Amino acid sequence: MDTKTFIIAAVIKIALVVFIMLTGVAYTTWLERKVIGRIQNRWGPTRVGPFGLLQPLADGVKFILKEDLLPDYVHKGLFILAPMLALVMSLISIAVIPFGETITIAGHTTALQISGMVSSSGGISDINIGLLIILGVTSIGVYGVALAGWSSNSKYSLLGSLRASAQMISYELALGLSLVGILLLSGTLSLRQIVYSQSGNWVLGGHDTHVPHWFIFPQIVGFFIYLLAAYAETNRIPFDMPEAETELVAGYHTEYSSMKFAMFFMAEYVNMFTVACLATLLFFGGWHGPQLSFLPPLGQSLLPVVYFAAKVFFFIFLYIWIRGTLPRFRYDQLMAFGWKFLLPLAIANIIVTSLIVAWGA
Amino acid sequence: MVHQVLFIVFGLICVAGAINLLVQRHPISSALSLVVVMASLSLIYLLLGAEFVAAIQVIVYAGAIMVLFVFVIMLLNAGAEERTRGSRIALFVGVPGVIILAGTVGWMLVSGSGKLGSVSISSSNFGETHQIARLLFNNFLLPFEITSVLILIAIMGAVVLGKREN
Repeated sequence: MDTKTFIIAAVIKIALVVFIMLTGVAYTTWLERKVIGRIQNRWGPTRVGPFGLLQPLADGVKFILKEDLLPDYVHKGLFILAPMLALVMSLISIAVIPFGETITIAGHTTALQISGMVSSSGGISDINIGLLIILGVTSIGVYGVALAGWSSNSKYSLLGSLRASAQMISYELALGLSLVGILLLSGTLSLRQIVYSQSGNWVLGGHDTHVPHWFIFPQIVGFFIYLLAAYAETNRIPFDMPEAETELVAGYHTEYSSMKFAMFFMAEYVNMFTVACLATLLFFGGWHGPQLSFLPPLGQSLLPVVYFAAKVFFFIFLYIWIRGTLPRFRYDQLMAFGWKFLLPLAIANIIVTSLIVAWGA
Repeated sequence: MVHQVLFIVFGLICVAGAINLLVQRHPISSALSLVVVMASLSLIYLLLGAEFVAAIQVIVYAGAIMVLFVFVIMLLNAGAEERTRGSRIALFVGVPGVIILAGTVGWMLVSGSGKLGSVSISSSNFGETHQIARLLFNNFLLPFEITSVLILIAIMGAVVLGKREN
């Protein structure tokens, strides 16, 4: 593939993926309000369109039309920079996430991944530090929250952002360590290679167990840690201390209005998607699923994307379900849980996994 | 060609960030300039093919250490520093010293560019995670372990200092 076609394909992929992602974000808010409504025995949005389906559109229009307030006594530059930083950093992580194998349209074959490339021999290559890029981008995302609270020059914002930064720094450790087990099993940092190493079924003592070769089975402890740390990392209930509305008005985005608030909102939901995608790729076999050979070739190449999307949807639904079920932790409980329970458990998981891997080698 | 253009762009961003770090009066602005320096350094590592080091640079320096800096500045609510008129020692010793040092290094590099030789990046998977791991855990195992003991001592120091006295 020459440079020109590569760049054109990359631009098309970026536009398409960002469009799908942001539409997904908009409809996740709709789904969340509907599901939470049902859990709390009410209807959720019903007025705009059938089943309230046009509600996200109406919300978007409202966000754009509202007055964009810039309070006095804020640090102007950082106040404007912070929401942009949060949204951009959350969107960058999609660039390394693979959605499926390859797709051939009008004679051009391209990988179903923004940063993926198909070589002339047909092999697919992607960034071989994909997982580290996601971790790095997430750690930079903390600045968006921290700077928003500080530049607002308001006590609620500052308290919210101090809580948020402390929480995100603490849980980043457990999150990173929970993934080491996967790296030990797969031996690579490339997300595509990790998915490839999960193809087929588990074989025990020479018998095909018909259980898919997903890493959730040997790494159930790692998955548990990852899920909890990821909830804390995205500031969602039961770990939504940074924006605890009963204590802090709205936390770090108290002073924000209009599109600037919308950017924080979108960043939070895009982060939820990233976390769900990562859980799918690392623990649930990515786009692997039963083959349906009766489909036409284009359907065959899109089927993995459907499996991938279904698994991601499951995790998004889990997010909403837990939000409707669990109350908020207390702040000291949260910190103690992260440092005294999750971190030692993650280290124990690494030791056991590496012993088993070393024994098998 | 593309590599050289990118190197110049990120090199300039890096130097501009470093100068801004010194010029800014507010600690938060200085800390954020340092983040820009770290990020552009990591992109220069990436251009050299050292992708693992680049990622670690972002995760550890820009993502962890600088976040703690910003966190502490926010917590202490440090205000903008006052401008002084500068010390005489800096003017009469520091500035000439820097100029002499920079001039000497620049002159040596320019005049000796023919004699300095070059480093060839021999294997194709230079800078890969596997390579670095092999170096760390075979050739440089002892320094690596000693470093880990040093870090352990630092952690123990932090625990002792942070312990509440009863």
